[in-house]
Amino acid sequence: MTGPAGSPADRAAALADAARAGDRRALARLLTAVENHTPVAEHALRRLYPLAGSAHLVGITGPPGAGKSTLVAALIAELRAAGRSVAVVAVDPSSPITGGALLGDRVRMQSYASDDGVFIRSMASRGHAGGLAATSTTAATVFDAAGFDTVLLETVGTGQSEVEVAAAADTTVVLEAPEMGDEVQAIKAGLLEVADIVVVNKGDRPGAQRTAAQLRAMLSPAGPATDGAPPARRPEVLVTTAMTGDGVPQLLAALDRHRIEGRHDATPAARRARAAAQVRAVLVERLWDRLDAPGMRVATADALDAVARHDTDPYAAADRLLAALGREEG
Amino acid sequence: MTDRPLKVLIAKPGLDGHDRGAKVLARGLRDEGFEVVYTGLRQTPEMIVTAALQEDVDVVGLSILSGAHMTLVPRVCAQLREKGLGDVLVTVGGIIPDDDIEPLRTAGVAGVFGPGTTIREVADFIRANATPREA
Repeated sequence: MTGPAGSPADRAAALADAARAGDRRALARLLTAVENHTPVAEHALRRLYPLAGSAHLVGITGPPGAGKSTLVAALIAELRAAGRSVAVVAVDPSSPITGGALLGDRVRMQSYASDDGVFIRSMASRGHAGGLAATSTTAATVFDAAGFDTVLLETVGTGQSEVEVAAAADTTVVLEAPEMGDEVQAIKAGLLEVADIVVVNKGDRPGAQRTAAQLRAMLSPAGPATDGAPPARRPEVLVTTAMTGDGVPQLLAALDRHRIEGRHDATPAARRARAAAQVRAVLVERLWDRLDAPGMRVATADALDAVARHDTDPYAAADRLLAALGREEG
Repeated sequence: MTDRPLKVLIAKPGLDGHDRGAKVLARGLRDEGFEVVYTGLRQTPEMIVTAALQEDVDVVGLSILSGAHMTLVPRVCAQLREKGLGDVLVTVGGIIPDDDIEPLRTAGVAGVFGPGTTIREVADFIRANATPREA
């Protein structure tokens, strides 16, 4: 096996520049580096991050079989008709047993082979449990820096509480199928709370309009606004039939409206939350790297063993390791 | 970075609608620990090559039962090379007459698997022959 030539920094620069110039293979390679946490990925991200920030990041989530992939396909068509380029990060679960994955989202998104304005990438969740892959947000940043107007982040089929996508996206769309539950389902905490737009898909099924009406009623604010409090979130509720495209133009209009509203804040809450999640992930990684460095490795192993034997507790062990790192620095 | 799963595209080029084998293989390779991208039925060579490029796969597995393999498979291989994906391992499964195997190899196919092949054989072949992507 022969590796590509050059230092990771050189390869990263070459790949990042090529990806930005429209080289789709370089873009695909970069995404692989991101997925595998290689040194090239870090160098490339340092170069690309300042160039990102202009794409509209849209999260699409909802239970398995609600029609996420079909809706994404319909949205691609709508966005292309509006002349916008679109990248898709489609996540499916990895097996907790074998690490393998079946990534099937392309089945419903295949009419764009000759269209350079569309790029679809499937990702396995690789043990990450929040509905996305650990690297989905970074992949979205790469697409953003590569110049895509819209990035659609499609989660795995979710249950009630996989709310991570809301931190990764500017606008979060939660998809529901008709007759999935009664009104009490709509007032439980979790997924519906993070929705900027709720879509009842399969609008041609009986009960779709009734489900939408129930959601509208239950998702409206629970009382009058308190003075000084930020206005309560009240997601728009739309009905689509992704298979036929019915309601999809209205969904795109709602996405655009939400995006413009978000611009009124200097730092929209969603972007601040995303920044926090990204920095936290890197901090944890860096901390582990330092704990695994030659000077600390023995102390770290001893602390982990002590916790494993129940000789000490995780809090005390963490405090001791942090203190040791501080002494190392000083 | 050697413990990451190999990524395999399973595609059905052409017009036959018999995708049971492709689905069984996709699921079986999942159980063998591969990340399998399944594209579904009725793919043109161009669609398959675009998917292989965007997904940056290590392996393209083509399932053909229609008899059109001598037309479709060389096209996929040629377009992969055109796009700089000549190092992707290409395998073909389906009803392939013995006389066609050598010409398919010449066209760029690494492995041809006929009826009766076990999932394990395919998985072992891929593990032994695929070149993992590097970046």
